[in-house]
Amino acid sequence: MNQIPLSHILFVSTALFFIGMYGLFTRRNMITMLMAVELILNSVNINFIAFNKYLYPEKLEGVFFSLFIIAIAAAEAAVAIAIIINLYRNLHSIDVEAADEMKF
Amino acid sequence: MNASAVVFYILSAFILATGLLAVTSRKIFRTAIWLLFSLTGVAGLYFWLGMQFIAAVQVVVYVGGIVVLIIFSIFLTQQSGKDLPSPLRRRTVFSALAACIGFALTCLLLSRYSSFRVKESDYDFAPDMSISAIGNQLLSTSEHGYVLPFEVISILLLAAMIGCIVIAMKSKPGDK
Repeated sequence: MNQIPLSHILFVSTALFFIGMYGLFTRRNMITMLMAVELILNSVNINFIAFNKYLYPEKLEGVFFSLFIIAIAAAEAAVAIAIIINLYRNLHSIDVEAADEMKF
Repeated sequence: MNASAVVFYILSAFILATGLLAVTSRKIFRTAIWLLFSLTGVAGLYFWLGMQFIAAVQVVVYVGGIVVLIIFSIFLTQQSGKDLPSPLRRRTVFSALAACIGFALTCLLLSRYSSFRVKESDYDFAPDMSISAIGNQLLSTSEHGYVLPFEVISILLLAAMIGCIVIAMKSKPGDK
């Protein structure tokens, strides 16, 4: 592991972040947008773990940040899917362009 | 280049390729499967970094939980055989441009300022040591303990669970 410089891991996580951003911009389907958000959150987690392992290998703060990010991502995905299912019931579509009124 | 470096580059190529397929594939079910592969690759990266516990959490929560939830919601909300409509060409071009420019800028900053003081990592946790240390610190009430965020997260999860049930509940035909 020591042969790889830290910046290479950061390059990978940057690339993953911008892949997720591209997906978030191009997709109009809510479920696929949610998947792009998951990719972005994963790239952040990689950064936390890599910094923890390379710069402060005797501490665990990066691990805790990643754990809390994973927990919040799970809660966020569950709430988002509940909202998507509710929207689908009302609008019969999960395209974000179709959800253009704030009436229930 | 030794075996560890080769493993790292294979893993990163796998993560990025499947991630790219996940955001460009035209069939929504395949998108979910590519996302599953990408998340598994990230778990492999954690294993490669020597963080066994976080890799296990990644597999359990993301691969076993979130992706399965997403697949269920795909089945609930649309015909999985149908292709997604392709995005507008203008939007694709500009999004790709934005992503490429952002990536280039971040890479420029990284290559210029990436002189981190990397510690020689002779201090390496044995895997079971690391997990017991995580557990002790997560639930300790001393100075560097994380028991308060832990409890806050548990309340947040409870609130999210109740919120999901309330949001997704079918209202009866009579009331409203």
